[in-house]
Amino acid sequence: MATRRQPTRAEIRKQKMQAAIVYPLDWLEERSGLVGATKYFLFRNVPADSNWMQTLGSATLTAFIVQAVTGVILAMYYKPTPGDAYSSIQNITDHVTLGWLVRGMHRWGASVFIILLFLHMGRVFLFGAYKYPRELNWIVGVVLLLLGMLEGFTGYLLPWDQTAYWATVVGINLNGTAPFLGPWLAGFLRGGQEIGADTLTRFYSMHMLLIPGAIFGLIGLHLYLVIRLGVTSPPWSKEAAGEEREDEQQPVRVGLTRPAPSRRGGA
Amino acid sequence: MTDEPNPHDEPHLPSPTLWPIGFAIGVAVALVGLIINPLYLSTLGAVIAVVFGVLWARAATADLRGRPVEVEPERRSREAAVEHVEAGGSRFPRSRFLEGATLGLGGVIGGIVTVPIAGFALLPPFIGQKKHEVDLGPVTDFAEGQWYVATFTVDPAEGEVSSRTAFIRNNGALTTGGSSVPSFTIISNRCAHLGCPVQANGPSGQILGMKNIVQHTANGKVTLVPVVPAGFGCPCHGGQYDTEGNRTAGPPVRALDRYDYLIKNGNIILASSYSVSHVDNTGAQAKIHKYKLVGPGEHVDGIEQVFYPLNPPHH
Repeated sequence: MATRRQPTRAEIRKQKMQAAIVYPLDWLEERSGLVGATKYFLFRNVPADSNWMQTLGSATLTAFIVQAVTGVILAMYYKPTPGDAYSSIQNITDHVTLGWLVRGMHRWGASVFIILLFLHMGRVFLFGAYKYPRELNWIVGVVLLLLGMLEGFTGYLLPWDQTAYWATVVGINLNGTAPFLGPWLAGFLRGGQEIGADTLTRFYSMHMLLIPGAIFGLIGLHLYLVIRLGVTSPPWSKEAAGEEREDEQQPVRVGLTRPAPSRRGGA
Repeated sequence: MTDEPNPHDEPHLPSPTLWPIGFAIGVAVALVGLIINPLYLSTLGAVIAVVFGVLWARAATADLRGRPVEVEPERRSREAAVEHVEAGGSRFPRSRFLEGATLGLGGVIGGIVTVPIAGFALLPPFIGQKKHEVDLGPVTDFAEGQWYVATFTVDPAEGEVSSRTAFIRNNGALTTGGSSVPSFTIISNRCAHLGCPVQANGPSGQILGMKNIVQHTANGKVTLVPVVPAGFGCPCHGGQYDTEGNRTAGPPVRALDRYDYLIKNGNIILASSYSVSHVDNTGAQAKIHKYKLVGPGEHVDGIEQVFYPLNPPHH
């Protein structure tokens, strides 16, 4: 009978060190389950032939996060009153340290966000990823697209220059020509029957609080549905949809020469 | 009574560590010392805090360092709990009552909170909008038959953002039934397509040697620029109008809006504005087909007016 080798002092020390390092994570996991949830989110199985095009959704999310972060910083300097709005934007661009960069990121990032939204939507359409059981996620995505464009519309007024002002006049009046409720929608957007100080502040509030809040919530729902329903195979996939993966059908043999298959799926 | 000891009589395990109390006292002494005696009292407080902090950390990490921690054994039995639930089969269980009460009360509270907020969010644009009259200065500033581009501030408190422009022509005296009243054509520059600022198609009067007129009235600065228009045109989408504001080309759906006016103490006062489908004749003889003021792009006549049965109140 081979006796079990006693661990050396160095090995015991190493084990204790590892336990001390993992302790905060264990503490968090035991009280919240967040570590397991994060692992579940990150190490999902995806089709082995997943495509780079399927990263467009993540790219859109990243663009949105950039908009949220730069927007919060811009809000520290921007003044949403008719007298101060334009000069505060000039101040951000010309005088605040790196203000030109953050404003530029927000201004150009807005276009990037919209472009990525459309590319992502095009990918989902061409891959047929909107079909059963993912119809609801398509609908949520369309609402997100509309909210994203509403962000563009409300943000366009904020520089409060001639372009911003007249583009908003035209935009609101376009809404006003919608049959039946159009005039009421225009009145709500203007905060009255004439564009004025109330229009600027209500656009600012919608742009930075109301719509982003809705977008955050819907992104949560969008991602929940992605995780619940899984990632679609590309249309050229050899793996038939709904078939179990090969490594799940076979009994998994774990040994020294054959490590457990990675929980991670394809690339 | 059984001899079994009541679990509530025994102290719970693991017993709570008391070191944080000493740590808190140390921090408090150090902070008070900062005011009373920073050198000695704060140092003493810091030492107390460090000592008790180390003891606290040792107690908190006892498990991690391999010292077994006594844990209170589970005394409740699973079967008893299940029996307890199954025994209580009343006709209307308390849980259902509480469920209904939570939903009902939650709904009432939500409604009480939501109704005024929704009202505040939706109603102000349509209720209690201010009505303004704009003093444009003496009637004598307006030469008969001459067009002026008048720029004025509707509400001086709002400032630049309430700046508006109108095209004004003095048509001379209109004699009806023996009495003579002054007649003005006052056309809003808001395009009837989507609300861009309509421009005069023609040279500014300055080229012909006419001077701009600047008046300071109750509404602040009013500027009158003489102009010789052949009509009006919109820079945004190319809508064209004649000098009575009738649409001649482009996307507008009706004629340009006009202002009502009155004359007070020899000054011309702009009152509310109204929408116009079209105008027959010109100048003092103009027959204006007048409608309640509506937004740009809205039809006031023809079959399309059925799309706009209700309009929010305009001033």
